[in-house]
Amino acid sequence: MEAVRSQRKSSVSNGVVTTLPLYRSAPLLEVRLEDFELYAIDRLRVLKGISDGLSRGKKPDEMEKLVLDLWKTNMRHQHSSEVVNKDIISHFVLRLVYCRTEELRRWFLSMETTLFRYRFRDEAPEVQRALMAEFDLPYKAVSNAEYESVKDKLNQVARAIGQSTTTDAIFYKVPFEEVPELVAGRRVFIQKGNAYIAMNQVVSLVITQFRSHLSKALVLTNRKWTSMIREQEKDRLAPIIEALSTSYLGPDYSQPREHAEISLKDIDQIAKSSFPLCMRHLFEKLREDHHLKHGGRMQLGLFLKGVGLKLDDALAFWRAEFSRKVGAERFDKEYAYGIRHNYGKEGKRTDYTPYSCQKIISSAPGVGDHHGCPYRHFSEENLRAALTRMGVGNRPLEDVIDKVRNRHYQLACTLTFEAVHGSSCDAGVNHPNQYYNDSQRILESQNSSSNPKGTAAASM
Amino acid sequence: MRREEVENGRDDMLIDGDENEQRRIENAVPDGFNADYLKAYYGKVFPYVDMFKWLSYGNDGKHPGCDHSYFGRREFSFTLDNDIYLRFQSFNTASELENAIKEKCPFKIDIGPVYSVDPAKRHAYSLGGDNIFTPVERELVFDIDISDYDDVRYCCSGADVCLECWPLMTIAIKVIDTSLRDDFGFSHILWVYSGRRGVHCWVCDGKARRLNNEQRAAIVDYFRVYKGNENSSKKVSLVGPALHPFLVRSYNEVLKDYFENRLLLSQNLFLNEERFEKILEMIPDESVTSELRGKWLSNKRSKEEINVARWDQLKHLLQSSKQKGQGLRRCIEEIVFSFTYPRLDMEVSKHMNHLLKAPFCVHPKTGRVCVPINPKNCEEFDPSAVPTLSQLLGELNTGGFRGEGDNEWEGTSLGSCVRYFRESFLQPLLKSCKEEIETSYNAKVQQSRNSISW
Repeated sequence: MEAVRSQRKSSVSNGVVTTLPLYRSAPLLEVRLEDFELYAIDRLRVLKGISDGLSRGKKPDEMEKLVLDLWKTNMRHQHSSEVVNKDIISHFVLRLVYCRTEELRRWFLSMETTLFRYRFRDEAPEVQRALMAEFDLPYKAVSNAEYESVKDKLNQVARAIGQSTTTDAIFYKVPFEEVPELVAGRRVFIQKGNAYIAMNQVVSLVITQFRSHLSKALVLTNRKWTSMIREQEKDRLAPIIEALSTSYLGPDYSQPREHAEISLKDIDQIAKSSFPLCMRHLFEKLREDHHLKHGGRMQLGLFLKGVGLKLDDALAFWRAEFSRKVGAERFDKEYAYGIRHNYGKEGKRTDYTPYSCQKIISSAPGVGDHHGCPYRHFSEENLRAALTRMGVGNRPLEDVIDKVRNRHYQLACTLTFEAVHGSSCDAGVNHPNQYYNDSQRILESQNSSSNPKGTAAASM
Repeated sequence: MRREEVENGRDDMLIDGDENEQRRIENAVPDGFNADYLKAYYGKVFPYVDMFKWLSYGNDGKHPGCDHSYFGRREFSFTLDNDIYLRFQSFNTASELENAIKEKCPFKIDIGPVYSVDPAKRHAYSLGGDNIFTPVERELVFDIDISDYDDVRYCCSGADVCLECWPLMTIAIKVIDTSLRDDFGFSHILWVYSGRRGVHCWVCDGKARRLNNEQRAAIVDYFRVYKGNENSSKKVSLVGPALHPFLVRSYNEVLKDYFENRLLLSQNLFLNEERFEKILEMIPDESVTSELRGKWLSNKRSKEEINVARWDQLKHLLQSSKQKGQGLRRCIEEIVFSFTYPRLDMEVSKHMNHLLKAPFCVHPKTGRVCVPINPKNCEEFDPSAVPTLSQLLGELNTGGFRGEGDNEWEGTSLGSCVRYFRESFLQPLLKSCKEEIETSYNAKVQQSRNSISW
């Protein structure tokens, strides 16, 4: 209780009261184990709602409403005095849950920052100023004389972003790199490296601070977790943390999962267990013919990149096959470039993203091509044969074919997934890498339930 | 590679005539690009020491604040003959760099970021689990290719470039350079001809080198006015009731002038129906476009004036249609922006670990050296006058034994380029690097003193 009071106290500078904590240090609070978990789950609902809103491309004003609604719905507490505690405890619990890989950290950072942004914007100006003071931001309001010298430009920017120009507005002068989002949108006047930000833009500055602080804190938490907490808490908190982390839904299948590397020796086994049919087909054809045409190389190559095959391994993988057909020298000359290109190491050096279902379904494979979506591009006969080889039983196979006849290719793939894994796939299949990730997740949890000791290693 | 030429070139080099003029003719090296030319270039001309000084940023000095591991953590990558690609090369000294380049004779040298650890040993570090191999510093770089302007130039296309379309690059240099200095406050900026179809920009201030990816992306977005979509008729979208001061300045000081006084005529932007239709498409008002179209289709004037006349008519009509409000007047600006505003290859600038070709490389297709461009008089830059490899070798033969060791380039037409690099870019840069190293060292000493003296 003490720590919270002191946190509250620091938020009460100039007699202004805020309920928006900055989460600077972990609270010394007593909390019941059930609350520990329940609070975290409630906050997770908020963060997932935000993630969902962002991925649907909601506009800022829609996001503002969404975030505040989510907060009100999930973060209530029957005792009003406990609301702040719930906020702080849930935040720090989720830090433990989401500190453990780069991808988890990135997701948590992004969602917490968005949450903080809209909660901050919802506060009154005097509260915002108090919070700014708490961040120790060294910036002072621009003096009158300086304001006069840049007034025209400031008004011009205000008009450019469709805001009314007021003469008595307060502006802060900060290094431009502190407010990247305002620079990116040309929403500020910049001169000699300094951005002039209006009071209603201060949130951008605060957000930068908030994010950089949280980002560093997550790395530290991860270190503490691996070096101490996991062991100390292995009978108490650790199982709760583990369980919470599996309820995480991957945000973006187009991004390669950097932490999840696969190695060449496992690739055949993984292809069998976790590749969707389109990739499995390409993979088998490559092993069979030692060659794939361009469309197939792209579709499979980018997928493998997303799966976590490193460039060096990818080169070795393709070389091993192609050299049996065209020789190693021709491979190095004609094909290696394309693979490095996929990894952003050649040409425009764009880091290309794996193809989505939509893109694959709409492709038009020609003679000798093996890319595309088998549910769409295979004859029924071939599809049946392929599905049978995948281990899809008679009854589900008819369901799959039924979906294909109605041109629901992604649903067909989803049914295949469920038949092969014996487990439902609620989100449906939208991306081959999502199929793969979901499959791996199921296999990991199956392994871990049969072999509890393997859990920690598998999820680390 | 044409073997015959190489051998001719070699033979010529041995001839020892008396008359200077005679020698120049006989020493003329056949045009082209090949490994032997390149070897000679790397052997005698390439300014290793200057490159080393630059990329050391003062850390090669004797001051106790110097970080002697700095240069050695920089990634270089070489593209060899036959497209063999060597990444993550690193060198500790100028002579290591020189020896490696001379030995491998790379067709292209790329410069990457400074990493947290020596990039050549990255695998050893990655075994530790926590990935500490990460880029920590990188110049803010920009890459502008003329081939991205194909829809607004009629003289050339693809990688081709001529004096009619090169002003597009001049515009880009002027607009970006001014903003980097006046808006962002940078001062150590190097512009380089990319050897064929564009320009590169290296912003080398300490603050620029330490920007993170998000901040880099923010600067790139600040420069972006294109909402690139080939299907939409308008490529430039200038929304809002007013333009940002940066856009206003760019428009008033550079774009408008270049559009009206250069490109309008040199590219014959209104010459025929196909071309003026492209411009009319950007005007969202049917009555205005049909009025202009009617005028222009019936008007058969002489070639020269037609561009100016039609542009004036268009402007007049748009400015006079007051009832339509600002939207239509903004069209004039949008048209000018569409045909002139810089088009950056954004990905190159956004990420610290993108590679960019080093200055003073030779472009294998053109044989031209990637020379620095002075932004103060970039309008005088002529890509077709940039020294080529064969030209330089010819000059070296003619010049005989004028230079000693490192300074062979002095007698060649590359001399002024290296001198510009050294005097206008490197010296001021190293001066402020030195100051920065001293300041941060003193601050550190002060800090440790304070922490001891409790």
